[in-house]
Amino acid sequence: MLAHLTRGERQLALIILLALALCGLVMAAVGRDDPFGVHGALVLAAALAGALVVISGYYLPVARRPDLYYDDPSKVGILVAMGWAVFGLFVGDWVAWLLVNPDLTFDAGWSSFGRIRPVHTTAVIFGFGGNALIATSFYVMQRTCRARLPDQLSPWFVLSGYNLFCLLAVSGYLIGITQSREYAEPEWYADIWLVIVWVVYFALYVRVLARRREPHIYVANWYYLAFILVVAVLHIVNNLAVPISFGQAKSYSLFAGVQDAMTEWWYGHNAVAFFLTAGFLGMMYYYLPKRAGRPIYSYRMSIISFWGITFFYMWAGSHHLHYTALPHWVQTLGMTFSVMLLVPSWASAGNALLTLNGAWHKVRDDATLRFMMVAAVFYGLSTFEGSFMAIRSVNSLSHYTDWTVGHVHAGALGWVAMITFGSIYASVPWLWKREAMYSARLVEAHFWLAVAGTLIYVFAMWNSGIIQGLMWRTYNDSGTLAYSFVDSLVAMQPYYVARAVGGLLFLAGALVGCWNIWMTIRTAPRAADEPVAGGLEPRAGVPALQPGE
Amino acid sequence: MFGIHYRLERMAVGFVLAIIGVASIGGLVEIAPLFTIHRTVEDAPDMRVYTPLELAGRNIYMREGCYACHSQMIRTLRDEVERYGHYSLAVESKYDHPMLWGSKRTGPDLARVGGKYSDHWHVVHLANPRDVVPQSVMPAYGWLARTDLKTRDLSRHLQAMRAVGVPYTDEMIANAAADAYGQAAPDSPLAGGVTSRYGDATTVRAFDGHPDRLTEVDALVAYLQILGRLTNAARTAAAGK
Repeated sequence: MLAHLTRGERQLALIILLALALCGLVMAAVGRDDPFGVHGALVLAAALAGALVVISGYYLPVARRPDLYYDDPSKVGILVAMGWAVFGLFVGDWVAWLLVNPDLTFDAGWSSFGRIRPVHTTAVIFGFGGNALIATSFYVMQRTCRARLPDQLSPWFVLSGYNLFCLLAVSGYLIGITQSREYAEPEWYADIWLVIVWVVYFALYVRVLARRREPHIYVANWYYLAFILVVAVLHIVNNLAVPISFGQAKSYSLFAGVQDAMTEWWYGHNAVAFFLTAGFLGMMYYYLPKRAGRPIYSYRMSIISFWGITFFYMWAGSHHLHYTALPHWVQTLGMTFSVMLLVPSWASAGNALLTLNGAWHKVRDDATLRFMMVAAVFYGLSTFEGSFMAIRSVNSLSHYTDWTVGHVHAGALGWVAMITFGSIYASVPWLWKREAMYSARLVEAHFWLAVAGTLIYVFAMWNSGIIQGLMWRTYNDSGTLAYSFVDSLVAMQPYYVARAVGGLLFLAGALVGCWNIWMTIRTAPRAADEPVAGGLEPRAGVPALQPGE
Repeated sequence: MFGIHYRLERMAVGFVLAIIGVASIGGLVEIAPLFTIHRTVEDAPDMRVYTPLELAGRNIYMREGCYACHSQMIRTLRDEVERYGHYSLAVESKYDHPMLWGSKRTGPDLARVGGKYSDHWHVVHLANPRDVVPQSVMPAYGWLARTDLKTRDLSRHLQAMRAVGVPYTDEMIANAAADAYGQAAPDSPLAGGVTSRYGDATTVRAFDGHPDRLTEVDALVAYLQILGRLTNAARTAAAGK
């Protein structure tokens, strides 16, 4: 890790880590009667562990700067992302089984559904997704700009700082620290830390762009940029809060009631848009054409879809609040823009699939490319479903039911996880200079486990959600409600079992993937020569995307 | 248009500014007016604030992630109104920092659960939901009854709530811990202060049946029993029709 850091960077790393350790020590001291103190100790331990690594490697000779690109942070980021994937999917399946058998718990606070459910969502969205985005963005920005990362320290700061945030988040829920804002549960101090990490991330990105040797900024970077920028705006506004003291974890949101609900879902829906969509579209726009060996089908479609997504999505959050106490005009705006959103979404999905024209035989033979193809299909399907569910009358049935959960997982498993696995399988041999993955058949096995798991999951939730929604609104002949709430709950049982089985298959696929990646690094034969195996490294900008084609 | 873009994508700073500009519009148009248009939140002069005990209960509700399975927002649909009561009004959550409207009903809506069941039912249900609802998939929250409520910093909680706009008085803030004890111990000398500060309608009861000990389950039940009852606005609105 340290090999390429200059002496000065090693010193700076040490200073940062010692400052962080001091920060942790102060937190632990002032918050000794509060869960805040536990997090202080965690920060202290993490900083000291980091300092130990730096000190132990401090006098190692400074390796020659790699001529082309600096990829060590991407390598570590991918491994960390896979670790989070296994952890997050495991916890997800555990909470799924809890709805089948609620006593699969330890009569302890930390293991109850309400605390580990955010552990699942945070671990998969921010742990797995976020690390994959950071790792691939470092890789992609260097290639498409034909510029090396400007220094060796800031990528490590971003990666490890971000993972410290994830650790604070996940451990916090277990000991009862949460803001209860869905997908933004971490408390004020973790939020502030993320802002610091994010500023460095943004600065790093802009510095690479400034050093680029390509006149045009490649489309993948538009998406990564939008991801970084808009997530920052959303994060800051949504997390405005007043802590009860600077030595305690608890804070109270600045907004209340209807304004708070709108802010939360403006954030929540755009976390989907700019974290789970924009970032991963960036991934897709690089890895899919590269793996297929085909240029992006249409430059104009990428422009339309990019600006459409950036503009329309920000209006769509209020479709989470149909028929609520939110004013009707805001609901209507949200619905309208959600339906319009189908245009840029399908432009992206179509652009991806049309790029594969002429490479369909590769899709047939290469499970890595097939991961990306299926991801684009699921992206198209779930964006259609999303626009459909945002229509007020459809939403009256779907809202509050498992249909929403199914929709989210069609996107999260089918789109986000599949494009990530595809991109990881593409980049691991490139990064570690291997000829290919250790086993193509294991990639194939992972692919089918992932597809089967996703389909079982999504079909189970469609069924349970629609049955639930219908049972809640069914009247009998005498004009009273036909079913009690408990009736609808009992009807869910078989689907909850099926969902948990689907999740288990998906988890098994991820484990296969981890084994395969590990064996690739350990044993696969080295590629003959640089820069990359397969000779697919496109010269950025020009062949992958043809401006004004 | 594509020509403009052809030039724009050569300028990093321009591109960054364009993204921020384009992405800001939606939020500004939809969120900012919610603070300025008076009609967004109804007037409810009788609306009272949460007592310290209820607020502590609300924080337990959040800590345990109850919002992941229970909504607190009855939509304006016939079946919901018949199942859960009058649809939720914006004013009913005006002191909710943050709101707990929720997004999923694995369990039923709780916006008007206050007063629907007895305290004893809630205590038994929280200890093991399957004792009262055999088909329930809700987790058992046995440790709530075993854990003493932390009251020492309740004044700070009220203070932070006041900082974000909830009208707690100095007196309420100063007596927060005492009021928490008083609300769950009706025969103690502390009980009188609760009703004098928060109104006669405040529920002062030994929620878990043990007035001598203040536990987390006392706080959570006190909170559940006030849901939908901070103001009469919904009942008045229904009667007026």
